[in-house]
Formats: sequence, structure tokens, C-alpha cells
Amino acid sequence: MPFILILVLTALAGIMHLAWWTVAIIAFVVAFVSAKRAGQSIWSGFGGVSIGWIIVALMKSLPNDNLLATRVAALFHLPHWTLLLIIMGLIGGLVGGFAAYSGLLVKRVFEKPTLSLK
Amino acid sequence: MQTFLYNASPAIIFMKIFKAIICILSTVVLIWALHTKFGPVPPVGNFINPSTGFWQNAESKYDSPANKLNLEGLHDEVIVKYDDNHVPHIFAKNDHDLYYAQGYVTAADRLWQMDIQTRSASGRLAKVVGANALEIDRYHRRMGMVYGAENSLRGMMKDPQTKLVVEAYTKGINTYIHSLTPAQYPIEFKLLNYKPEEWKPINCALLLKLMSETLAGGSDELEMTNVLNKFGWKVTQDLFPDESFQQEPIIPAGTKWNFKPLTIPKFSPTFKAQMLSNNHKPASKIEGIGSNNWAVSGSKTATGYPILANDPHLHLTFPSIWYQIQLHGPGVNVYGVSLPGAPNIIIGYNQNISWGVTNVDADVLDWYQIKFKDADKNEYWYNNQWRKTTRRIETIKVRGQAAVTENVIYTHFGPVVYEDSIQKYKKAPANVPAGTALRWVAHDESNELRTFYLLNRGNNYADYRKALAFYSAPAQNFIFASADNDIAITPNGKLPLKFKDQGKFILDGTDAANNWQGFIPYEQNPTVKNPPRGFVSSANQQSTDATYPYYINWQFGAYQRGKRINDRLSAMNHITADSMRLLQTDNYSITAYDILPTLLKYIDPSELDASQLEAYKVLKSWNKRFDADAIGATIFNSWWLNVYNTTWRDDFETLNADLRWPSKDRTIKMLLTEPQSKWFDNIHTAGRETIADIVSQAFNNTINELIHAHGKLGAAWQWGKIRPTEIDHLASLPGFGSGKFESGGTAGVINAISGGNGPSWRMVVQLGPKVKGFGIFPGGESGNPGSFYYTNMLQSWKDGKLNELLYLQSATEKSEKIKNTLTLQKK
Repeated sequence: MPFILILVLTALAGIMHLAWWTVAIIAFVVAFVSAKRAGQSIWSGFGGVSIGWIIVALMKSLPNDNLLATRVAALFHLPHWTLLLIIMGLIGGLVGGFAAYSGLLVKRVFEKPTLSLK
Repeated sequence: MQTFLYNASPAIIFMKIFKAIICILSTVVLIWALHTKFGPVPPVGNFINPSTGFWQNAESKYDSPANKLNLEGLHDEVIVKYDDNHVPHIFAKNDHDLYYAQGYVTAADRLWQMDIQTRSASGRLAKVVGANALEIDRYHRRMGMVYGAENSLRGMMKDPQTKLVVEAYTKGINTYIHSLTPAQYPIEFKLLNYKPEEWKPINCALLLKLMSETLAGGSDELEMTNVLNKFGWKVTQDLFPDESFQQEPIIPAGTKWNFKPLTIPKFSPTFKAQMLSNNHKPASKIEGIGSNNWAVSGSKTATGYPILANDPHLHLTFPSIWYQIQLHGPGVNVYGVSLPGAPNIIIGYNQNISWGVTNVDADVLDWYQIKFKDADKNEYWYNNQWRKTTRRIETIKVRGQAAVTENVIYTHFGPVVYEDSIQKYKKAPANVPAGTALRWVAHDESNELRTFYLLNRGNNYADYRKALAFYSAPAQNFIFASADNDIAITPNGKLPLKFKDQGKFILDGTDAANNWQGFIPYEQNPTVKNPPRGFVSSANQQSTDATYPYYINWQFGAYQRGKRINDRLSAMNHITADSMRLLQTDNYSITAYDILPTLLKYIDPSELDASQLEAYKVLKSWNKRFDADAIGATIFNSWWLNVYNTTWRDDFETLNADLRWPSKDRTIKMLLTEPQSKWFDNIHTAGRETIADIVSQAFNNTINELIHAHGKLGAAWQWGKIRPTEIDHLASLPGFGSGKFESGGTAGVINAISGGNGPSWRMVVQLGPKVKGFGIFPGGESGNPGSFYYTNMLQSWKDGKLNELLYLQSATEKSEKIKNTLTLQKK
């Protein structure tokens, strides 16, 4: 559930051209509200932002026949533009993962300790 | 669960808080790092994210056919029709809106180019790229680019019409800039991590200064003065004559001058002394920056109406230096190329006339040796008295470090670019003599834009002449043709009134007689209308024959391109636009025609080894064309360079002073008419080398070099492979340029493609009751590497083709070439 939510909100933020670091807030808040386990929060943040970003990037790049992505890849001496997409996904994922895990940890500060956790 | 509610120990809570804080901090540090610029790398997160980063610059192939915008400051509605090459055709109801829209659409396609070019001109590059650009900024500040632009702007603003045009154009650009969100900034802003700045009217003037710097900002007075010091007056005049050996003046020889010239200034006393003594006080012009233009009269064309052709040769870049546009408004309907950042069209045509330009190479830049009273340099000796200097403070902001302040001394001549060799840094242009003041026509008040405003609206020859009167710098050969069957050419600009050779060497700044003595009256600039031969042309060669009373320069572009153009145009009849296109891409070498037989004469085939003999045979059967697949072109080019270098290196290559080498023209004269010349001898050897020794030595070297670098004679020796062409991005960003490709042409032939220089715009205009224009530039209308219109015209340019230009008569005219309509409405 948090994964889908982060993905959708990340994609929306991208389409609305919000500052890129808003995805950290999205991942944080979503995890705070709905994440339950550490692994779940991290992978939801990572996957949600990374895939959300890849979707937004492809929405711009595919109708462009990847013309620009190919040029920018050459600028950074990358053999293919998809590497640029992967690097972007990893960077977004890292931010999303950290932010979501932060969200979960903050939530836990306020949360009643449970049997399942301790 | 509830039973455990209050059982958590403080230690566990503390641990939880601690973990949460560590994790949040890591997230924040990560975001900060991705948001920060390290060295030349843009902030990674900002650049790579899909929301505002570079992905947003990818343009879709599905663009909508109609768009509407409400813009602040428009007076009325403007219609912009974009054709299949993304060329905007603007239809406005008044001048203000016309130039407003020109500014707006140009910025939409070329904003970063406009920003970086004016930054470069005004010495403000270091602010965005850092200390690397500091020296070039320093040079531009110290040599008075901003000072010149301020003076020009004053001239522009004095004329109400120009003022309106410049201010409307500026408003249009700024409206576009204000409409941008960071996601929409051109990609180069994202890469360099800075914001577009508000456009100012002075930027339009700066852009023209940049053209003056490119076309009339070089000098070799320092090198020439060194030559004079080393060899003395006699040798200098012999090797660097004022009259070139091979001539093909722009104004046909024998043309009568129907004016009474002003008194020609006398040689100054210090100039005479300098020439007579052998003890004198003490980088350069690029051969190959040039252009072609010609116009043939109706008597020589298939339609009976004139045809005009122009191809300015400049540094070829993405985005192109030119931007195609059509401007339609009350009293004007003009098509052609503009310079992004300057209103109007620079080269183009309307219903009645067409015009184009090539560079004159007039000497409008001189250096004056300054004698300061003392180390404070507050006074300098001039005309037998001490005069006060003034100061101009230039502050250069540098990214990532403290600003640098330049305190530039000004004399009545102009700025002292470098006070001494200490101030002149290593990266400073070598051709600037330290301790001299610069007198440059581009520093003077002027209003070139008025010339183009009037040409854009010109109807006939009289309008053309009137328009030229306002033009100052860089001096251009303005070619002209009209539907009422007039053709003309005028080397035109503000040309200083000088004594002969004034400014060939560094001038003594204490002698008032060395001052420029005014200017050649504009109407006495060389000009010719409808000459009997039925055509006019120019290719940067000398403007006139020796009967012209005024001194313009001692050297011009070489004669070869002009000669070839004139030979062909004389021979041609029933000329069509297509035969003009073919002439523009002509690769025939007049140099090879002139000297190859003589060079071959000095080779004894019986003494050649197998590979030399093969090369010799290739040369003998070569058609003298610099085609991409020509092997003969490669061998000839390298051989001729070797002959030239072997002849002069021993005499002119010195460690302690930069010397100007004698021209190719002078070397050809020696080769053809002075075989006994002592200059063929290598002074470093005991024996005496003859011309035959030099030529055959050079031939052997050539073949050895070629084999060494490219293997045995074969396809690898083809001209296009040996001399690849590449169109680079303006900031040389890898991946944003064209990559290397093979092409024919070279500096001395009409198709003057040489590496990264060449025909930056080829245009052919067939005048008549219905004018027809053809044109191409190597690139595209858009400056966005993410646009389908970034390089789309390159292939046609490479193929030597021209596009038929869409010249619309009204906003409602239908054409299948129109792809989008943009309606601009006032807010």
C-alpha cells in the first residue's frame, strides 16, 4: 500500500514540476502514516520514488524518441541513455528509501510499543 | 497490547529518537549533496530528476497545431506561423508588436545562446563558469567591449525608431524569461546551474560588438612591428607589400570614382622616422574567416531578373549563429537570418530587394605606444604636452571566489589594454602590444540597427544607399539586387581617414599626426552599380584597384575565391537559382591552378621511389577540386604548406618575438616569378638551397608524413577523412555537437569549409515579380539539444542543398508547410 501511494504521489509531483526533494516529504509522510515494518518502509520509499521518477522521465523521453537523453548520456560518457534512467532511479530511490525509513522511525517514537516489535 | 503501553523504558525511547534523528539527518545530508554543485558537475539531484531536471527539456514530437498566449505589454494581436523547419513567420499590426514578437520567439528558441554570447562580450562569463573564464573576461573588459557597447547604445537610443525597436524587442525577450519556471530553463542553465537574467537594451549593442570583435577585432601590428625591427623597412615592404601580387578587386578595376576626395593625410614625422631607423620600440588575424556574395543582373539570368547569393563564413556551432525569421508588419515583409539578440534581419530579402554581406577587412583597429609621465600613469605625452588619463573601473564577479577589479586607463585614443607585460597574463591574446592604447572604430557611437531597419523595408537602389549611410562597424561589403533590375556592391562602414600604411605597425602615440584624421565620407566609400560585366561580387579580397584615393588597409583576404567566382560568373549565362547553389558549393582551387604546374616542374619523376611516384601521378591527374574523396587535394594541400613552411621557417621562426610571416600571396609571387630569391635558402645549412631543393624536399616530407600518419596511399588519404569537419556546441559540450563528418571544401575555395569554420548560412534569392528565396544553415532553428529542430537542417547543408524558403504574403495565406500557429494576445 505505501509503495503504490508513494509511486502515485511521486509521479504526480513530477508532472506538476514540484521541486524534486518533495518526494522525500511524500515518502516520509506516507511511511509515517501507513508503513509498518522497516523493510516495507525502505522498499516502498525506494521503489515508489524510483519507479515514479522513471515513469515521469519516460513520459517526457519517449515522445522525444530519447533524443535528449541520448545526448545527455554522451555528455557524461555513458554508452546508453537507459543508464541515465537507471542512475536517476537509484538516486530517487535512495532519497525515497531514507525518507520513508525516517518516516517510520519517527512514527515509532510516538507509537505504543507492541509485542510484535519487542 | 495495551498492557505494555507504559512499560517502555526511557532507554528504549531514547534509542528510538536517536535512530529517527540519525535517519532524518542522513536524508537531509543526501538531499543537500544532491542539491549542491561540486566543481564543474551540476547539482546531481537538480539536474537528473524528471520533475525539473533535464528530462523536462525533451520536446515531444506531438506538438499541438495551435496555441494561444496572453502576454503583458502587447498593443495588439500577433500571429506567428511556424513552418516545417520551425521558422517563425510573424504577422504584427505595428512595429512595437513586430519586434516584441521577434524578441519573444527568438528567446523561446535561443535564450541560452543569447545569454552566453552577451556574457562573453561583456566579460561576465566568470560569474557563471568560474575562474577559468577570468582571463577572457579581463580581456573583454580591458579592451573596452562594454565601453563600446555603451557608446553604441547611446547612438541607438538617440534615434526614436531604433529606440522603439530595441525596447520592444527587449520587452518581448523579458516577457518570455519571466514566463519560465526552473523546469523550463534551457538545459545549459541547468548544467551550469544559473538563472537567466533580465535582458537589457545594451545586450543588443554587445552582440554587435561581438561581431565587430570577430570580423574587425584582429590585428598583427605587434608581429609586423617585430618584423620591421628585425628586417628593416626595405625587406618589410618587399615581403609585406601594400599591393598584392594576385588581384581581383571587388570594385572592378577601372571603375571611375565620381567624387572629389578629401585631402589625404600626410605621413606623420614619427612614422617616417620609424620607417627609416633600424631601431624601434616595440596573436593575430585568422586566415579563412571570410565570406562570399554575388549578384548577377537580369541580362545573365534565365528569368531576366537578378539573382543574389551570399554565404558568410563564420565559426560553425550548435546553435547556429543565425536564426531564420520572417517579419511582416505595416510597411515591411522581410525574410532572412537574424542574430539572436539583435532585432531586424541582417541578411535577407523582401518583395523588391535582397541584400547580403561579407567582411571588408578594413583596418579600423590601431595600437598607439603611450609615453606616461611616471609610474602613476595619470598623464601621458601627446602633441607636446602632458594630457590627463581617465580611469574606468571594471568589476568582474567570479563564481566561487572574490570579485576581481580592473582599473583601466583611458587615453583619448581609447583604453590601455595591458599597461605592461606583467599585467598581460599568459592566456591574454598574444597580439595585444603591452603599453599601448587601442583606437577601435567599434568604440564609437553608432547605430547599425538603423541600417538593417531600413534595408528590411527597402524598395530600390536609393533606399539601399540611404540605409548604408548609418552603418559603422564591422565594415561589410553590402551586396544588393532589386526587382527593378539594379545590382550593386559597396564596401561600407565607418572607415578612418589615414595616410598610407597608417596602422600597419604600432603607432607612436605622442605624435598628433598619427591620429585618425576623420573618416572617409560615407558616399565616397567604394561602390559600383550595374557594371558592364553584368555582375558584382566579393570574397573579402581587396576592395578596389590602386586608383581609389583612400587607404583602407595594406592587406585583405586572398584573391582566389573572388577570382573563381568572377571567372565562373563571366562564363555563365541563363543563370538559375540552382546554378548559383552549385557555385556556392564549388570546390575548385585557384591556388592549385596557379601553382601546381610550377611545383610539379621541380620534381624529377625518375628520382622518386614507388610511393612518391604514385603520389606524383595522383597529383598530375587531380582535377584540382577539394572534394571529400579527393586524394590529390590532400597531397597538394600538405605539399604547399610544407613548401611555405620550409621557405620561411628558418627566417621567421624565433623564440623571443612573434613575427608575422609573409602571406601566401607573396610566397606565390616568389614561386612563380622570383625563383632565384634568397629566401628559399635555408640559413641554417652551409650550402645554398634553391627553389628546386625546397620544393622537392617538401614533397618528400609530405609523402613521408602522410604514409606515417595514414599508411600507404589509399582511401585513408581522402581529403574528407584527413580533414574532418565538426560542428561543435557553443560551449563544446560532448554529445551536443554534430560529431565528425567528411566534407569537401577548404579555406581558399568558394565552398570554404575548413574544420569548424565555413558557410554559416547559404542563401540564393531570385528576384522578380514574385521573389523566391532559398537558404540553409548547418543546424536548426532551435537551440535546444532536446528539440527535433536542433540539427534538422544539417544533412541538407552537408549535401549542398538549399531549402526553398516559405515567404508568406499574409497571416491567412495557406501553405502545407505551416505546422503550428501561435497567437499572441495582449493581456
